[in-house]
Amino acid sequence: MESFSAILAEALGLILSWDADVIEIIVLSLRVTLSAVAVACMIGFPLGAMVGAFRFPLRTGVIVVMNTMMGLPPVVVGLLVYLMLSAAGPLGVLGLLYSPTAMIIAQTILVTPIVAALTRQVIEDLYNEYSEQFTSLGVGPLDRVLALLWDARYSLLTVALAGFGRAVAEVGAVIIVGGNINHVTRVMTTTIALETSKGNLQLALALGMILLTIAVIVNGLLMAIRGTAARAAYV
Amino acid sequence: MFRRSFFGMASAGLLALGLTGPANAHDDHIVVQSTTSTQNSGLFDHILPIFTDKTGVEVRVVAVGTGQAIKNAANGDGDVLFVHAKAAEEAFVADGHGVSRSDVMYNDFVIVGPPADPADVAGMSDATAALSRIAAAEAPFASRGDDSGTHKAELRLWAEAGVDVAAASGGWYRETGSGMGATLNTGTGMGAYIMTDRATWISFGNKGDYQIAVEGDEKMFNQYGIILVNPETHPNVKADLGQQFVDWVLSDEGQEAIASYKVDGQQLFFPNAR
Repeated sequence: MESFSAILAEALGLILSWDADVIEIIVLSLRVTLSAVAVACMIGFPLGAMVGAFRFPLRTGVIVVMNTMMGLPPVVVGLLVYLMLSAAGPLGVLGLLYSPTAMIIAQTILVTPIVAALTRQVIEDLYNEYSEQFTSLGVGPLDRVLALLWDARYSLLTVALAGFGRAVAEVGAVIIVGGNINHVTRVMTTTIALETSKGNLQLALALGMILLTIAVIVNGLLMAIRGTAARAAYV
Repeated sequence: MFRRSFFGMASAGLLALGLTGPANAHDDHIVVQSTTSTQNSGLFDHILPIFTDKTGVEVRVVAVGTGQAIKNAANGDGDVLFVHAKAAEEAFVADGHGVSRSDVMYNDFVIVGPPADPADVAGMSDATAALSRIAAAEAPFASRGDDSGTHKAELRLWAEAGVDVAAASGGWYRETGSGMGATLNTGTGMGAYIMTDRATWISFGNKGDYQIAVEGDEKMFNQYGIILVNPETHPNVKADLGQQFVDWVLSDEGQEAIASYKVDGQQLFFPNAR
């Protein structure tokens, strides 16, 4: 077994050599995951906010379902999307199987419940604080949701990051619907799985460290944006 | 105003990321459903660029176990099937999913084991006798357990040896339910004997102190076949491009490309198209 420092050196070497294949894989990983998180936020933020801000029949049931779906196994999501997009499936005519779009769809399904469920909790806490003001000012339903979402925007950034963390780290869904095709649908996690199965454990771990580094950079960037925006708000 | 910019930013970001669009510039591409041994050994990385340079057709390989590859192709999710389980391939064609089956190449299976050799099989060339000894010694044996071509071949040999492995499953017989590489990682970790195709073994990077224990039995012959998925059953199949690939693999040029692939000076696959 190689020493840990040798693995570190290999990871650094991979990045510094600016290997075109590695760069391509990193770029595709980010494209797929960030797209999926963006779509998941566009669905999950309003959905979570509505469940958080309004009272309706069976609301508790809806919350239980949303919270449960946070634990969707990636392999199951991958299978469902495969069965939908397969040439034998109902959406087969679209020809999306084994494409980056199929991977985005799978990750969106995986991440949307996480975004919606966490948003629901954030908005509900804020709503309890605001509800009397809303009532006394006679604020309409749409404006309530928008005001809550806006005021919760920094917490929602963390919600989006939770979704990003889930999507960027999963391999079960994308390897089924993407097929791990070289130069087409090969992303960081599927490459790590492939190199592990080839017995190239050192290379696999080095790639894993690159993946972690990317996650650190994305998180750092968002925290920086948050810090800048928060300071600007008080000027 | 603020709200508008918030959602404006979100949607602008989404547009910038680009939801669709191919990752590759080639318009002409086919999907080949194939097996992990051909991919993990590096064979495809060696022969596919030659074909693509010549024809401009990009070949996208989905490498899974033979069982899954056949099921995917039977769903029409692929233009060509390139696997190693002759009986299952002939059934695939008989069911109308494939046009016809051709032999492409062969290599062989070997049984690898730990240097301690608890079942005393090292150096044997009779596979069924070796398996009987492993069963009698109840030495750990790691099986693919995933309905792959290698798994099917292994089960045939156990049946010939008259050993009921299902009864021993969970005891000395351990089914990993994973690909060849993952099973080698697991098996070498637990000191088990493992049956693997020679190509995957030679190119495997985590051998530890394992060595080939049993080899050279003609029953461990491993034949690969290629099939064009039937466009009459699956209208989305790119029959022209797929046939072009099949023809090339079976041509002298394709066969020479397969023969010229070597790892550490050893030839991994032996072309035998007829």
